[in-house]
Amino acid sequence: MAIATPPATGTRTMTYAEALNEALREEMRRDPTVFVMGEDVAIWGGGGVFGVTKGLVEEFGPERIRDTPISEQVIAAAAVGAAATGTRPVAEIMYVDFMALTMEPIVNQAAKMRYMFGGKITLPMVIRAQEGAGRGNAAQHSQSLEAWFAHVPGLKVVTPSTPADAKGLLKTAIRDDNPVIFLEHKVLYFTRGEVPEGEYTIPFGVADVKREGTDVTVVGIHTQVLEALQAAEELAEEGISVEVIDPRTVSPLDVDTIVSSVKKTGRLVVSHQAAEQGGVGGEIVARVVDVAFDYLDAPPQRVCGKNVPLPYAQSLERAALPYKDDIIAAIRRIL
Amino acid sequence: MAIAVEMVGLTREQMLQMFRSMAEIRAFEHRAYELYREGVMRGTTHAYVGEEAIAVGVCSALRPDDTITSTHRGHGHCIAKGGDMSMMMAELLGKETGYSGGKGGSMHIADVDKGILGANGIVGGGMGIATGAGLSAKLLGNGRVSVCFFGDGALNQGILHESMNLAAIWKLPVVFICENNQFAMSARVQDMTAVPDPADRAIAYGIPGQNVDGMDVLAVFRAASEAVERARSGQGPSFIVATTYRFLGHHVGDPLNYRTKEEVDPWREKDAIERLRAHLIENKVATEEETQAIEQEVQSHVDSASTNAKAAAEPDASNLMTDIFA
Repeated sequence: MAIATPPATGTRTMTYAEALNEALREEMRRDPTVFVMGEDVAIWGGGGVFGVTKGLVEEFGPERIRDTPISEQVIAAAAVGAAATGTRPVAEIMYVDFMALTMEPIVNQAAKMRYMFGGKITLPMVIRAQEGAGRGNAAQHSQSLEAWFAHVPGLKVVTPSTPADAKGLLKTAIRDDNPVIFLEHKVLYFTRGEVPEGEYTIPFGVADVKREGTDVTVVGIHTQVLEALQAAEELAEEGISVEVIDPRTVSPLDVDTIVSSVKKTGRLVVSHQAAEQGGVGGEIVARVVDVAFDYLDAPPQRVCGKNVPLPYAQSLERAALPYKDDIIAAIRRIL
Repeated sequence: MAIAVEMVGLTREQMLQMFRSMAEIRAFEHRAYELYREGVMRGTTHAYVGEEAIAVGVCSALRPDDTITSTHRGHGHCIAKGGDMSMMMAELLGKETGYSGGKGGSMHIADVDKGILGANGIVGGGMGIATGAGLSAKLLGNGRVSVCFFGDGALNQGILHESMNLAAIWKLPVVFICENNQFAMSARVQDMTAVPDPADRAIAYGIPGQNVDGMDVLAVFRAASEAVERARSGQGPSFIVATTYRFLGHHVGDPLNYRTKEEVDPWREKDAIERLRAHLIENKVATEEETQAIEQEVQSHVDSASTNAKAAAEPDASNLMTDIFA
């Protein structure tokens, strides 16, 4: 007789969006200086286009959950000023694409301020945005731009792939005394996963080995962690053992965990939706080659977005993005 | 005590402090130019000479815990808000004793404890930051006012629109101070801004706007005091345009080919320091000798600041990678 297995003690199943919501709620209860501002974070659909801020205005009121005008530059810049003067803003930019409008305050102000002022200021601020393709949002609502921010010294860049990671990392981001660019993924909002009960945080700069393996290391970002896990499952049937690593924060990057894995497997595949050219994948490959060249049995492979503006039609969008089969093909090339 | 003094609500000490502060800015800036020409200063420097009345008039209306954001022409704001000239001078020379330990230079001096949220190398870069400081003051209920200094060149940056609108809808305690020194590098304000009086733009945001004589420190003080009071009492932001003139040009390397002596001379006649001196003497607040004694004292402070800055060590290269993250 089949007996329903209860969930493991101390976890619940929830979506990525719900996990983020819980992180915001807990941190706002914990620290009265935390506040949220952004476009449509309070009223629209009860809170946020993707429901991340759902219900928060009921609990914390409109002073701490602030709907802003469509003014991305001042949303980011005001976060800098607020962080410099005693509060902990969590500013939401609805789509990472709109962060093109925020680059001045983020790149020239937030990232450099502490250094320029000789360490005499702290900026505990989080900019949340969501990125990624797969939902037919076309060229101005589908980009993955984590490499832009990872390129700038002075910023921390977070890219969670699971509900549990999303919650633990957002709590860490809010408690961090530095500017954090927290990039969610629009497709992942609806994915479900186990999230621990009770209080926990996840440190930055610590990659997570999502699946252990011995033949090849696949480093994935966001959706590509899920694609890599599916690839690993499929290849396992053929006796190919794939290790899947999620760096979780692309800056700081946990090079050690990736390098240790490559020293074991001798092969590296990196995968992200972001365009291949100038992407974080190239950086990961370079960092591995720097210290583990002699351990590599084959050239590292990048399985990334095509170097093209994201198209609208499903057939074109699919062709522009890397999926499980592309990862499998890359693994076969180097085995 | 003279009537004029009481009219603006200032004590003798406050008026003399205003004079001292303006004299400090002028002496500091002239010394900065000399140091640059001596070859001991890198990069560049933008002098506030001629505009002293604005920083001093506005900062005299502030509490010590109020905040300011400044500009690339920021030494004056820093001095007026209580910044330490020795640490500023050392920073200009890239020394370890400087405000930022030599990591920032002229355009990146801040003193957060004194409410100075930094000079800024980006035109308009302080506007959103000042708006955020106002937001934080409102959320924390600490009664602080945030002052945003910017030049006429920044009038046409998009962030000004976003900042003024946000401050207005949220009734943030922010005072926007445009220092209209007539030029953005070589570009004349009337060629780059369609309204004759930029203060009229306040109408677009539903906030009070007024033009004030930026060469009259007492007029600036009066206008700023009103705006600060309005902000502190929860009535929201104001916009003040202070009309002034950049005596020394954009920066130390300015070719000055876009203006004539005939244009500059009448502005120099309006020199705000001489105007305040005359006012102090006329109203028997101080004698000419007393004002000169203040200037001599200030000069000796600036002399020792630059002597000490020259003697100080450059930061050790081992400091390169510190202060990136908290």
